[in-house]
Amino acid sequence: MKVQVRYFASLREALGPGEAVDLPEGATVATLRDALLARGGRHAEALARGRAVRCAVNQVMGDETAALSDGAEGAFFPPVTGG
Amino acid sequence: MAATAPRVRIQAEDFDLGAEVAALRAGDLGVGAVASFVGTVRDRHGAQAGEVSALELEHYPGMTERAIEAMIDAAFGRFDIRAARVVHRIGPLAPGDQIVLVVVSSAHRGDAFQACEFLMDYLKTQAPFWKKETTPEGARWVDARVADDEALARWGITAGNAGSADTARR
Repeated sequence: MKVQVRYFASLREALGPGEAVDLPEGATVATLRDALLARGGRHAEALARGRAVRCAVNQVMGDETAALSDGAEGAFFPPVTGG
Repeated sequence: MAATAPRVRIQAEDFDLGAEVAALRAGDLGVGAVASFVGTVRDRHGAQAGEVSALELEHYPGMTERAIEAMIDAAFGRFDIRAARVVHRIGPLAPGDQIVLVVVSSAHRGDAFQACEFLMDYLKTQAPFWKKETTPEGARWVDARVADDEALARWGITAGNAGSADTARR
């Protein structure tokens, strides 16, 4: 299945606005992050485990256990600083 | 009028507090209290005046509106309020500019005051906005504050936004 990934703020600067990613059925945000980390380079650096990375699925804040379905929109971004 | 106006607006343009308050309570004579909060851009991050010369606001279109709508729903669930509106600016801003507005109406002051603070505490840690400051050393992304997570915790809600912990992983 295919999911659309979006990046914001410092992650957007490092990785661009987003990209489409092919994932196996039953994938979660953790699966997606693993697939991106496996690319190495900037992805491995920006999305490294232990960094302050937040995520959302279909525009709702979540964590890595969140399930993804075909056509889903996943997003990775740093802690928010609005207001 | 107030019932059909959008409760959340994300815009580059400035806003007028008086006009927003008037629109919010127009046609509702059950309103006895209106509380508002206006956030403005400071020229400093720490103690040094003038160190911040500009601010850029990025957001996640679509999610921002959804997240704030959900916060307003939560405020209606917790407090006896009659209407609420949130306006947040994006794009380039300068010190002194208005950046965010929360307005809440209720029958009596307590609920309006509390709902206004609740919405701001919620917005600071759960709405997808990011600030980038321009300083003499260059541009830098603003760090989230643990104090903002603590402010939301007073309402019994765990934020998990600030700090270096990787909360995408749980």
